[in-house]
Amino acid sequence: MTAQPTDIATYNFAYLDEQTKRMIRRAILKGIAIPGYQVPFASREMPMPYGWGTGGVQVTASIIGPDDVLKVIDQGADDTTNAVSIRAFFKKVANVTVTTDTATASIIQTRHRIPEHPLTAGQVLVYQVPIPEPLRFLEPRETETRKMHALEEYGLMHVKLYEDIAKHGRIATTYAYPVKVEGRYVMDPSPTPKFDNPKMHRSPALQLFGAGREKRIYAVPPFTDVVSLDFEDHPFEVQTFDQPCALCAAENVYLDEVILDDHGGHMFVCSDTDHCEKRREEGHRGHLAPETHLAPANMEPAQ
Amino acid sequence: MDIAAQSIEGGFADPVFNAQTVFRAVMDAMARPGSVQPLPGLARPPAPLSATSGAIALALCDNDTPLWLDPALHASAAIGSWLGFHTGAPLANTPADAHFAFVATPAEMMALDGFSQGTQDYPDRSTTLILQVGDLTSGTPLLLEGPGIETSATIAPAQMPRHFVEQWKQNNKRFPRGVDIVLATSEGVACLPRTTRIKTMEA
Amino acid sequence: MYVAVKGGEAAIANAHGLLADRRRGDRSVPALRLDQIVEQLALGVDRVMSEGSLYDRELAALAIVQARGDMIEAIFLVRAYRTTLPRFGYTRPIDTGAMLVERRVSATYKDLPGGQLLGPTFDYTHRLLDPELATGADVAEPLQRAREAEPMPRVSAILAREGLIEPDGKMPQDHIPGDITREPLEFPMARDIRLQALSRGDEGFLLALGYSTQRGYARNHPFVGEIRIGEVELELDIPELPFAVPLGTVRVTECQMVNQFKGSAKAPPQFTRGYGLVFGQSERKAMAMALCDRALRASELGEDVVAAAQDEEFVISHSDNVQATGFVEHLKLPHYVDFQAELDLVRRMRAEYEARENPAKAEETKEAAE
Repeated sequence: MTAQPTDIATYNFAYLDEQTKRMIRRAILKGIAIPGYQVPFASREMPMPYGWGTGGVQVTASIIGPDDVLKVIDQGADDTTNAVSIRAFFKKVANVTVTTDTATASIIQTRHRIPEHPLTAGQVLVYQVPIPEPLRFLEPRETETRKMHALEEYGLMHVKLYEDIAKHGRIATTYAYPVKVEGRYVMDPSPTPKFDNPKMHRSPALQLFGAGREKRIYAVPPFTDVVSLDFEDHPFEVQTFDQPCALCAAENVYLDEVILDDHGGHMFVCSDTDHCEKRREEGHRGHLAPETHLAPANMEPAQ
Repeated sequence: MDIAAQSIEGGFADPVFNAQTVFRAVMDAMARPGSVQPLPGLARPPAPLSATSGAIALALCDNDTPLWLDPALHASAAIGSWLGFHTGAPLANTPADAHFAFVATPAEMMALDGFSQGTQDYPDRSTTLILQVGDLTSGTPLLLEGPGIETSATIAPAQMPRHFVEQWKQNNKRFPRGVDIVLATSEGVACLPRTTRIKTMEA
Repeated sequence: MYVAVKGGEAAIANAHGLLADRRRGDRSVPALRLDQIVEQLALGVDRVMSEGSLYDRELAALAIVQARGDMIEAIFLVRAYRTTLPRFGYTRPIDTGAMLVERRVSATYKDLPGGQLLGPTFDYTHRLLDPELATGADVAEPLQRAREAEPMPRVSAILAREGLIEPDGKMPQDHIPGDITREPLEFPMARDIRLQALSRGDEGFLLALGYSTQRGYARNHPFVGEIRIGEVELELDIPELPFAVPLGTVRVTECQMVNQFKGSAKAPPQFTRGYGLVFGQSERKAMAMALCDRALRASELGEDVVAAAQDEEFVISHSDNVQATGFVEHLKLPHYVDFQAELDLVRRMRAEYEARENPAKAEETKEAAE
């Protein structure tokens, strides 16, 4: 053994071996053909931990090609550490062009958000999914939930939502809000806030979902009905914010709460950092936005 | 050229990127039924397996995916050994065991329900059919609706299976079970996933 | 004024730099060499090979150093490498009956063909810290026995001769052994798949479950029929060759647990088996695995499933420590989008509650907030 780095361990292009990619690609095709159905796949260990987006990374690694432009977001932001890390991974193993610009990305891998900028035909949105089974919290056994999907027996889910209403006067699910896809499968949209659910409905983009630890892939093709479960007397509604983004004054977007001090001072800013930056570049100013002449010095450009 | 040479030649020049190109075309076609995704001739299999079908086999098949070949393809020993050499895929004993079925003469093919339809629990365990058609414009026009299609789409594949529209309706009725179809032409691929409905044109 | 925090990339690079520094520690202390770990922390290396499902001592040693001695992290490193390796073929089943045995003990017989061999065990060491080790003092060469002349039949085979123990489980003729690294798990699972999952399962988890069966949560009266540790030959069939090709040897630990069983309508009274097999030397893991295997056969043997250790979906879904640590630890990743959604809901519900309970105060609070 020497002090030099050796060829003790070497890795294949784009990390996954070709056989694994084929296996995942076949699962993706089935997922597209059966919208909302969770296709079991032989998920591999990835070089980041389960829970960090291994399902999404495997899906992205299996579809990505040299002409793709990749955007990675976590909590809507391009600059959260895990988004940075996954973007760097693909830069390293696939030498792919990366961007923070939603509109120019061909593949967007996401955790917990759907970008504010409307997606277009030809784009692929890859979701990282922790628990793909929408019925899992009601019934922990895979053997049971599989039967429920097979028989289209979703009474349990409606009972749960209705109990919420009885107890809290409203449906108390705020994220990972279950949807029905093309009138057949009940699907977990991943832990996105329900604010984003309407964006899934008839989106022109292809939506792929990867759950690495749970070994499931599922899909929503473009222009597919995605309907949030609700009741006639308690229709589905999204969160609303009382104030616009403090930086770019955007309304009807999802906001993060940022704590400014320990005396209760806080502000609300866009969760989608790309959207917020674009708006500020266009001259929109929120009530706490930095002064125009200060902005260039204090704002680093997106990586 | 003897069979041994034929079976070794005609694979992907660049296995990693060629496979990705072919898969992406099939994925886009599956996600947008009725759209035609162009595909360059990346494989040169022995006839009558077409370049496009051959490329799909190389991109998606391996020793985990039993294949079924229609009589026209099965008759050629060179095709069997080409697929065996390049993909390692075993031949399925029956069409119902096949993960993929390659069909050179769709007009003469067996009924769609003879292939694996998957189960109610595992509808993904179904056969994907690759039908070699001459083109997508000279046959009876099919008006398509369903997931992946904004309003409607039309393709007119030539030499489709007999009573295809009726068979496809039955396939729709089996949902979530059912087969998915990849139409392979020299220009590229188009797909009919099991969710696609063919709207019968009223006179 | 607020400026969005940027620079995640630099922060990550700096964190990696610091990690590398802490991993190396005091530079005046010589860096560990992999051969030192392979030779002197051999059981740690064995655990990483076993739960990493990759038999390569040097890589396991590298993983242990890279992980700063965190075993689950080391197992994870090995797994993430293993998964990228191409599959050349499947060896023939190993024959542990033909093992070159270094240790073999049976709790069920005082003496038996081949004898009891203590081997390199901690069993009868007095757990007194040994200051000699700290000085790196020389260690005497151990006694060597001549290679055993006597064959060492498995205890299960001895019992089987009298028909007192169930035969080795047989899979259906056309059964192709599964491979948990290539196929998604599906419940209920065949025993071959289940044993694979247990063999790479977390030692601590299986230990606790095995322990629970002894304390009455699915008690099954186990006896250690036999534990054997040693080298077994690996052979690969190659279609072009008329004979199997030897690939070398691997060291494994096998545990055959003999369990009481009263018989059922279908089977005469006889002992049943629990089986454990792991890479390297790890008796604790092999024994815990055997206890769990037996417990998980409850349905097959017509026993009531009453305890966690008997619940296949529960045990197998939670036995993989790489999965478990990932999902537990992922809670530290940002979740502020979800949290914001919950925060909003709780605020609204509290406001409604206040308004109901104390309309005047609620109005005050609202004004104060604005």
